[in-house]
Amino acid sequence: MINPNNISLNISHALEFIDGHALNIPTLKILGDNGEILDGATAPELDKETALKIYSTMRFIRLLDERMQAAQRQGRVSFYMQCLGEEAAVTASAAALKHDDMIMAQYREQAALAYRGFSLDNFMNQMFSNELDLGKGRQMPIHYGSNELNYMTISSPLGTQIPQATGYAYGQKLNHIDATTGELASEIDNVTICYFGEGAASEGDFHAGLNMAAVHKAPVVFFARNNGYAISTPADEQFKGDGIAARGVGYGIKTIRVDGTDTLAVYAATQAARKIAAEQGEPVLVESIAYRLGAHSTSDDPSGYRSKDEEAEFRAACPIERFKSWLLKQGWLNEAEDEAAKDKIREEILAALKVAEKVQKPALEELVSDVYDTPIPALQKQYEELKEHIKQHPEAYPVTAGRIK
Amino acid sequence: MAKMNMLHAINSALDITMAEHPQACIFGEDVGYFGGVFRATSGLQEKYGKHRVFNTPLTEQGILGFANGIAAFGAPALAEIQFADYIFPAFDQIVNESAKFRYRSGNEFNVGNLTIRTPYGGGIAGGLYHSQSPEAYFAHTPGLKLVVPRNPYQAKGLLRACIKDDNPVIFFEPKRLYRASVGEVPEEDYEIELGKAEVVKEGSDVTLLAWGAQMEIIEQASDKAEEAGISCEIIDLRSILPWDVETIAKSVTKTGRLIISHEAPITNGFGAEIAATIQQECFLHLESPILRVCGLDTPYPLALEKEYVPDALKVFSAIKKSVEF
Repeated sequence: MINPNNISLNISHALEFIDGHALNIPTLKILGDNGEILDGATAPELDKETALKIYSTMRFIRLLDERMQAAQRQGRVSFYMQCLGEEAAVTASAAALKHDDMIMAQYREQAALAYRGFSLDNFMNQMFSNELDLGKGRQMPIHYGSNELNYMTISSPLGTQIPQATGYAYGQKLNHIDATTGELASEIDNVTICYFGEGAASEGDFHAGLNMAAVHKAPVVFFARNNGYAISTPADEQFKGDGIAARGVGYGIKTIRVDGTDTLAVYAATQAARKIAAEQGEPVLVESIAYRLGAHSTSDDPSGYRSKDEEAEFRAACPIERFKSWLLKQGWLNEAEDEAAKDKIREEILAALKVAEKVQKPALEELVSDVYDTPIPALQKQYEELKEHIKQHPEAYPVTAGRIK
Repeated sequence: MAKMNMLHAINSALDITMAEHPQACIFGEDVGYFGGVFRATSGLQEKYGKHRVFNTPLTEQGILGFANGIAAFGAPALAEIQFADYIFPAFDQIVNESAKFRYRSGNEFNVGNLTIRTPYGGGIAGGLYHSQSPEAYFAHTPGLKLVVPRNPYQAKGLLRACIKDDNPVIFFEPKRLYRASVGEVPEEDYEIELGKAEVVKEGSDVTLLAWGAQMEIIEQASDKAEEAGISCEIIDLRSILPWDVETIAKSVTKTGRLIISHEAPITNGFGAEIAATIQQECFLHLESPILRVCGLDTPYPLALEKEYVPDALKVFSAIKKSVEF
């Protein structure tokens, strides 16, 4: 039947509205608060090595966040953002991917990068914007990126990575499309995961990115981190629908909602979502429900917009402790060794911090490199003039003056 | 050589690119089977498949977001924005993303594979929203390149250079000339270097500078001036970013006079940047103030378009004013 309007052909003779919350979307939960598998739930297949890697990544990020939050308060770094409360959502989802799948994150996903193997020194060099920073000291702390680890460099404007993930994933799919039929001819070897918050999902780029992914069948796993707050704005002042998941259905995208503090549920859901993306060549939306336990950033004080009681309630449900309980039950983790490891990591973090903060800032040429593949003449001229100026007033520009050739 | 109009020349450049790179993709509103509202992508979907030449939903920010992503992946991204008037929903993706992709990542990632094509300019009775020349907004953004062709030969060679250039480029197509401008264009591949202006006609009394569709206006003005015994040097800027200061400065050093003409409103138009730079480069050679003949500081009009546009008569008046200063 011809269907120019592209709708369900379902005629009704009763005047009836569909309720705005008609879907009543469930939240997948597998792991209980005490590390038990809940009745009726099926634990995903998760080998000991992967499970311990997930745990050690979460443990590392918690300790890094604690230390760097304090370092910002001491005035050693200008800015920081913690992953507090969302470690399971980010780490377990990253663990469910292939190592060379692309990650396009928002900013609070340092755990995904740590899971990929970003070194402690790399984290520190970026935060101190020193000359060893892969980003050449150009962006504020936590704007990490690594080509080698397939982790797209973070961009501050919110939501811009969403349609980009669609385009990137479409590129990943191109070689798997049969040129004559236009259909998917083989399983897609690499897909893209795109992280964003429930606040960023209000941006136009969210709509553009999800709609285009659906229409062009791009293999993206959209991972919405619904953590309840966009800086100070609570989710109920951000949208009125049933979370972000309800919108997936509106775009014709397979969707699941998952408890973002449940490592096993996040891992299982993301693994299944990745399989759909790679095998069927289409996007999937995962909405993870957690609570942003920390402030939005070090520039923010949550006591102005939410109560200590509310925070305490969620602090009790720590995603790391919950997964740790499961590991202990499996007999894969030893409490004493875990505590010893934490002490060692704290020492390593402090040592790396002390090294990175002493590494010099990037040389002056990094001010003008990478604007284009090669500097355009006007910029080259400005650079030469600036060098001459600094040479005449070296005392005013101590960071670069001594290294100008 | 074949006779081509500008649309054929652009289509030929796109065709060569699609054949050259198996992952190159053309996308935008109505660019698929329909071949675009101006038919610049005609026949390409049939030739290269729906997966490489496709309609997008009606979302300019989505087109550019998608384009940034696929370009970062490594595929040549040939994005079309149907009218330059509608590029603004994509402004953030272009200005904050495309332009800064390489810099902000320390060259870990880049979108050098991105080329944005968009028809610009008036002369088609398009009123406010089918006539604008928004080049100056983008000229204020380090990281972008901006290119405007004046005829079919230039269009093909410059577009091929834009595509092969390893930086994001916006290619502004003078829509008034799409079918009106016809000329000899090689069937084979060639490139015209970006960032280089072209002295179209040598002269001694005054330098006339423009780009795109405005070139034929200053040529008409030059004809009038020649009749009045004034010798004009005519230059096509071709690249707005980066722009060829050297060629313009050399010409103005010789003639001592400069008139810049563009359709966009005069205030903060790209002519302002040129005037500021050239007065600095050529201060002691100038015989008269640098003049700009541009659109008025109004939205682009409809019924009074003729009064608004910087036509040949207005340019000719400026030439006389400059010479008689």
